[in-house]
Amino acid sequence: MKNIILNINKAFDNRIRLGIMSILVVTESADFKKLKELLGVTDGNLASHAKALEKVNYIKIEKQFINRKPNTKYYASELGKQEFKKHINALEKIIKYI
Amino acid sequence: MDSKDYLKDISAIKDLMNKSSKFISLSGLSGVFAGIYSLIGAAYYYFNVQQPSNNNLILTKDIVSSITIIILLVGFATTITTFYFTSIRSKTTNEKAWNSASKNLAISFSTSLYIGVLYIAILYFKEEYTYIIALLLLFYGLGLINASKYTTNIVKPLGVIEVIIGLLCIIYPQQSFWFWVVGFGIVHVIYGGLIYYKYDKKEN
Repeated sequence: MKNIILNINKAFDNRIRLGIMSILVVTESADFKKLKELLGVTDGNLASHAKALEKVNYIKIEKQFINRKPNTKYYASELGKQEFKKHINALEKIIKYI
Repeated sequence: MDSKDYLKDISAIKDLMNKSSKFISLSGLSGVFAGIYSLIGAAYYYFNVQQPSNNNLILTKDIVSSITIIILLVGFATTITTFYFTSIRSKTTNEKAWNSASKNLAISFSTSLYIGVLYIAILYFKEEYTYIIALLLLFYGLGLINASKYTTNIVKPLGVIEVIIGLLCIIYPQQSFWFWVVGFGIVHVIYGGLIYYKYDKKEN
């Protein structure tokens, strides 16, 4: 049981961060607006959680301009995908043990 | 976090993955136009190709070749139109027209359809023409059902309808013309129109 808990990733210990990763692992990329709509969170909330994931290199953030409007795009990094997979496997095991 | 939270996490993950991997920019108008093209094709066949003097229509190679050209033209026009309306609708839904979801959608649809088209082509070269329209309806319906997991739940019922019409057509292959009119023409116009008024219009 202890081994499993070790694989539970603190970075994903939050519904919004977990949500961001879930979306980014199944899509190539998502912009700020799409993430906001899918997750139903406020701008500030999303931005700070995205930043936290970027800090540990789980996602990549790309800022650009489309028709002179700023547009922020989010991608999952290889590391992020691997860590997410580990986290999900751990969740799965925990549920099996209950 | 206790076990209930983990379960909630997993269901939230599942829900988000589902939502974000579905393509939502298909337009009902594509269906309407697909139907109109099919009806135009049918009308052309009815007035120009079919020989009314023949009570018992015999499918000669010439007639089948004309039918094939009609089918290819209808298919081509439908494809172009679908791309066009999808790219327009993707602006309202704020979704990239060519993303991983629409790629999956296109691949799963065309895989089933192309297998069917190959099958029909083999029958064509063996000069067995009886079930061409029936099989086209059947595989088209299977393509839609197969693709429906990558889009909203509006595509699956259409696929089921087409499969049923295709199966009926296998029972009455001599009525293939009318099955084409109903399956590719009327069903598309009505179904596409309903979708257009129910979903597309609401968002504009």
